[in-house]
Amino acid sequence: MSAVSTTSTRESGGGVAFALSDSWTMTRRELAHWGRQPVQVAVGVVFPVMILLMFGYLIGGGRNVGGDYIDYLVPGILALTMAFGLESTVIAVTQDLNKGVIDRFRSMPMTNGAVLVGRSAADMLQSAVSLAVMIGVGYAIGWRAHTSAGGFLGAVGLLLLFRFAMLWIGIYLALLAGKPELVQAVQILVWPVGFLSNAIASPESMPDWLGTVVQWNPMSQTATAVRDLFGSVGGESGHVLAAVLWPVALFALFFPLALRRFARLSH
Amino acid sequence: MADVIDVEGVRKRYGDKVALDGLDLRVGSGTVHALLGPNGAGKSTTVRVLTTLLRPDSGRVSVAGYDVLTQADRVRTRIGLLGQHAALDEELGGRQNLEMFGRLFHLGARRARARADELLARFGLTDTGDKQVKRYSGGMRRRLDLAASLIIEPEVLFLDEPTTGLDPRSRTEVWSSVHSLVGGGTTVLLTTQYLEEADQLADQISVVDRGRVIADGTADELKARTGGDRIDVVLRDASQLAAAVALVPLAADDVTVDADRRRFSAPVADRMGALTQVVRALESAGIEAEDIAVRRPTLDEVFLRLTGRSEEASEQDAARAREAV
Repeated sequence: MSAVSTTSTRESGGGVAFALSDSWTMTRRELAHWGRQPVQVAVGVVFPVMILLMFGYLIGGGRNVGGDYIDYLVPGILALTMAFGLESTVIAVTQDLNKGVIDRFRSMPMTNGAVLVGRSAADMLQSAVSLAVMIGVGYAIGWRAHTSAGGFLGAVGLLLLFRFAMLWIGIYLALLAGKPELVQAVQILVWPVGFLSNAIASPESMPDWLGTVVQWNPMSQTATAVRDLFGSVGGESGHVLAAVLWPVALFALFFPLALRRFARLSH
Repeated sequence: MADVIDVEGVRKRYGDKVALDGLDLRVGSGTVHALLGPNGAGKSTTVRVLTTLLRPDSGRVSVAGYDVLTQADRVRTRIGLLGQHAALDEELGGRQNLEMFGRLFHLGARRARARADELLARFGLTDTGDKQVKRYSGGMRRRLDLAASLIIEPEVLFLDEPTTGLDPRSRTEVWSSVHSLVGGGTTVLLTTQYLEEADQLADQISVVDRGRVIADGTADELKARTGGDRIDVVLRDASQLAAAVALVPLAADDVTVDADRRRFSAPVADRMGALTQVVRALESAGIEAEDIAVRRPTLDEVFLRLTGRSEEASEQDAARAREAV
């Protein structure tokens, strides 16, 4: 039996055109959900703004980061927001898996994984909106990008690329766990990973060993490269390549794992 | 005519629990076939295998002429599924749901929209088409679910316990929808725990127990094998039970007497004939009856006959097996 175990998934769908139209249909489904739950969407956008203001004015005030703290903090929180997006992806996929509708999707001749692609497209859109709002708030509290339009777009691109990698890790974790009870474990894990980075504080202010861990965190690479491209405090040149390669490598690993896991729901 | 559903020796286990234990099943084109059995007998697992949702460990399964393992996509363009639980997007409206499914069947945007409107009208949901499904009543949800399983006018329609949890009115609605579908030539496989439902809807019935088919036949054939219809008689005075049983010209070997409820029950071959006979016999003997009713045997009685175990015991077996996993 094992010889035929992946045949059905390969057969699914009828080429690229169907794959695209199925994925678009599933993206529309997510967008329609937004239309039905505007409050939930708004909360998702406001939460990272609160984190930004909290660190900017309440917690991080006197931090030594080698320059203006808000200037250091804003790009860091942008990266942190992208990392925390993993959590909302995990929740959404887990909820979907535990609904009856997924059985209907799987009994239909749609492209394998279109459900997941739709989720990722919608989450990327949500993240883009969230980034725009955060950058607006950043400007409102005095942060400025000291860079060209190209540098600005490059920074935003790196942030979204990082979010994209996190997204597929999230999809894979949700498929792996499957149960809403396990979502909490992921939620708790995201915090140390998010904060063991240079998003909020400079590694130089940390003990040596911790500073090393923090510098190796892929999120720190993204944050440093983004600061560099924005011309913000804490930016260092030479991190852009790592900020591209890390997410690409993570995506290359977790995208096929997630698709495979989805196909194996029938086992 | 070739069989539209052809299942041979299918096995599926979850850990220690054997869900399907060499199940065989053949369903002819254009017929309504019922899988009848208690909870945990393997009915839903069978439907999940037939609808490509679950891979069996071994065995051969074809639906509409295609192998569900190697030609799943061909199967998927020819089947409709009404699962045990509503397979709908609860956040979206009814029309949004049907349109989405239409697009996923690759009807294209315009035809998907038209088909959604058509089905909403057919199932009396036009006025509530924009309401979120989570605000639907149980009966409305089931109708929408059924509409969703008919988007492509499937060759084979699977109905997994289509009326479980519905009130009597919604149940009748679902039944009449199924009746009208069959007129259109669709082959239907339905699972049910109710003999009455199988009797109402199905041409052929397979009784399933512990992952295998233990009896096959038409409703009449099965009833004949399991003692047929029964007559229940409730008397005013329990002390007259013995006298009444002696009077009644029935197959006396299978009469059950329940003194607490002042009732006796016996199998009958000819429903109307038996009813008249019993009424006359009691009347002429001056025994007063409170209630006389002819009814189908319950699933429990069928089970007792076929397996020697009651349906309840069989469910307990299944529950124990589930716990062992």
